[in-house]
Amino acid sequence: MKPTKVRRSGGKQRASSRIWNLRLYVAGGTSRSTAALNNLQRICDEHLPGRYRTEVVDLLRHPQLAAGDQILAVPTLVRTLPPPLKKIIGDLSDTQRVLVGLDLIPRKVSS
Amino acid sequence: MSAKEIKLLSKNGIQKCPTGIAGLDQITEGGLPQGRPTLLCGNAGCGKTVLAMEFLVRGANEFNEPGVFVAFEETDKDLSQNVASMGFDLPALSARKKLLLDYVRIDSSEIQESGDYDLEGLFIRLGNAIDSVGAKRVVLDTIESLFSGFSNTSILRAELRRLFAWLKTKGVTAVITAESGDGKLTRHGIEEYVADCVILLDHRVEDQTSIRRMRVTKYRGTMHGTSEYPFLIGQTGISVLPLSALKLEHKAPTQKISSGVPRLDAMLGGKGFYRSTSILVSGGAGTGKSSLAAHFVEAACKRGERALYMASEQSTDEVIRNMRSIGIDLEPWIKRDLLRFYSARPGTFGLEKHLVTIHDETSAFRPKVVVIDPITNFASVGSRSEVKSMVTRLIDMFKSRQITAMFTSLTAGDSSPELSEVGVSSQMDSWLLLRNLESNGERNRGLYVLKSRGMAHSNQIREFVLTKHGIQLLDVYVGPSGLVTGSARVAQEAKERAEAEERKQQLQRKTSELKENRQQLEAQIAKMWSDFEIKEQSLMRDAHQMELREKQITTDRVAMGYTRKADRVHANSKGR
Repeated sequence: MKPTKVRRSGGKQRASSRIWNLRLYVAGGTSRSTAALNNLQRICDEHLPGRYRTEVVDLLRHPQLAAGDQILAVPTLVRTLPPPLKKIIGDLSDTQRVLVGLDLIPRKVSS
Repeated sequence: MSAKEIKLLSKNGIQKCPTGIAGLDQITEGGLPQGRPTLLCGNAGCGKTVLAMEFLVRGANEFNEPGVFVAFEETDKDLSQNVASMGFDLPALSARKKLLLDYVRIDSSEIQESGDYDLEGLFIRLGNAIDSVGAKRVVLDTIESLFSGFSNTSILRAELRRLFAWLKTKGVTAVITAESGDGKLTRHGIEEYVADCVILLDHRVEDQTSIRRMRVTKYRGTMHGTSEYPFLIGQTGISVLPLSALKLEHKAPTQKISSGVPRLDAMLGGKGFYRSTSILVSGGAGTGKSSLAAHFVEAACKRGERALYMASEQSTDEVIRNMRSIGIDLEPWIKRDLLRFYSARPGTFGLEKHLVTIHDETSAFRPKVVVIDPITNFASVGSRSEVKSMVTRLIDMFKSRQITAMFTSLTAGDSSPELSEVGVSSQMDSWLLLRNLESNGERNRGLYVLKSRGMAHSNQIREFVLTKHGIQLLDVYVGPSGLVTGSARVAQEAKERAEAEERKQQLQRKTSELKENRQQLEAQIAKMWSDFEIKEQSLMRDAHQMELREKQITTDRVAMGYTRKADRVHANSKGR
């Protein structure tokens, strides 16, 4: 499909030129939080080497921040840059879905 | 229902959280379960959000319990605008920290799921909101929106279960709204988790009129009304109208008020109806029901009390014109704002809408006296049982506000006047029956008091006449052939007058006869006396002469003795 190709090349272009801002919301130091943090680190090192910035928000310490990004589920990873805003919820254990969610690889045409 | 009564109600059993919503606290016997979640379900547009919002607004205003409203569907701005029409000023409440509106946006298109998660974010957010205003009441509207945002329903269900348990530990009284669907209470089966209290709202259309109903389907550990209750969204929020008040606790004033017809007051023990009672005036067409009602409102206005006249057959102008013909001028009272008319055809709205209208008009105008003319017209927009329940609710409402209400009722024919068309007569305190009395080729009106609770009342039928000076009640003549009314009564009256005149003349004749007799008798007596006197005189005279003669004889005999030289004999020896 043509649009998919265009977007993929566009995505690659952006991916190579821009800094990625990623914010991870967690609630305390649970095992799920740790898993999410580790998974995020691994994926970024692998797919965005040197081009990402991460920020971890612990909602237990800053509960008022939950409203800003409309966080309901934790952990939630929010891609604030580049636009548009993207959210991935869960411990990020499914790398394929994380990559799709971050627009690093296209969604499957069949789905 | 006062706060004290609510406390009394909830004394036994679980603690209750009064909603402040008219009627709802009655059917739940005190309110929602305190510190527990309540599920409010219903189809789209049935009033879930409004009810939930009113719960919070009244909680903040009337019970000083701050609340949190978590909206999953509407933004806080939209919400504020939507409920502003009911007088709920959400921005002001928010500014005073009595209410916190939190719009939670769920957009599934921007969310990708990867691995395990929970909804701790929502908990933290909600907990933060509750703590920031010290909320005692929480609304989640509509929690089921979560199902559109998260695809992993097994996680979601577990989290919802955890959420409701968590709400209990926070000690807040929560209302969770949910959409019904697929023949179930809620589309996603939320009722499994919220098991303490479930209220079902329903909005349906029957005969082109919309009807809202409410039912408490479940309320653990407490009594509650189980019927379907109609409810209305009016200008001041929601009103639930219990079919009948669960408890009959109306005050019973002993003050009496005039019916406007002095003779009728006399029939009712002298002073008229008791205040804050309900009066039924039933009768066939043209028996003078509206005229009686006009007298009643006029009397109220003359006392300086406000009266509300709900007319469903005549327009205001028509009523005024028609009543002027019997000498009742209602217009000045309207100008002085003592009388208000509300005229509308019953078919225009549904029964519930009428109820709201009457409710709202009564709340706004605060009358002491209300006339609904006629109540039977509502039968055209509802079934018999619906109309009956509506009248019951009206009576309850009027009594609770100490309003004296008069309902007129058109009976189908004269065959069975005791059968009131809408079957409400048993709920009325006084019942005046107007009848057509047909005889001698004319139709006259009769009135009698069929019942009047708590007072001695006349058992007499009175003839009811509409004159230029209003209603006159006259005695009816009971002749050998039954009641005598109308021209027959006039004839009867004339006849009686003639008879009386004749009796008077007869008496006069008799009196003069007697006088004559006496005179004759006296004359006779005088004559007899004079006769007697004559006789007596002649008798006396005779006696005297005889005496004289006797003396003469004696003298003569002595003389003769002298002459004959007889023995000397005493004159008195009589010849011996």
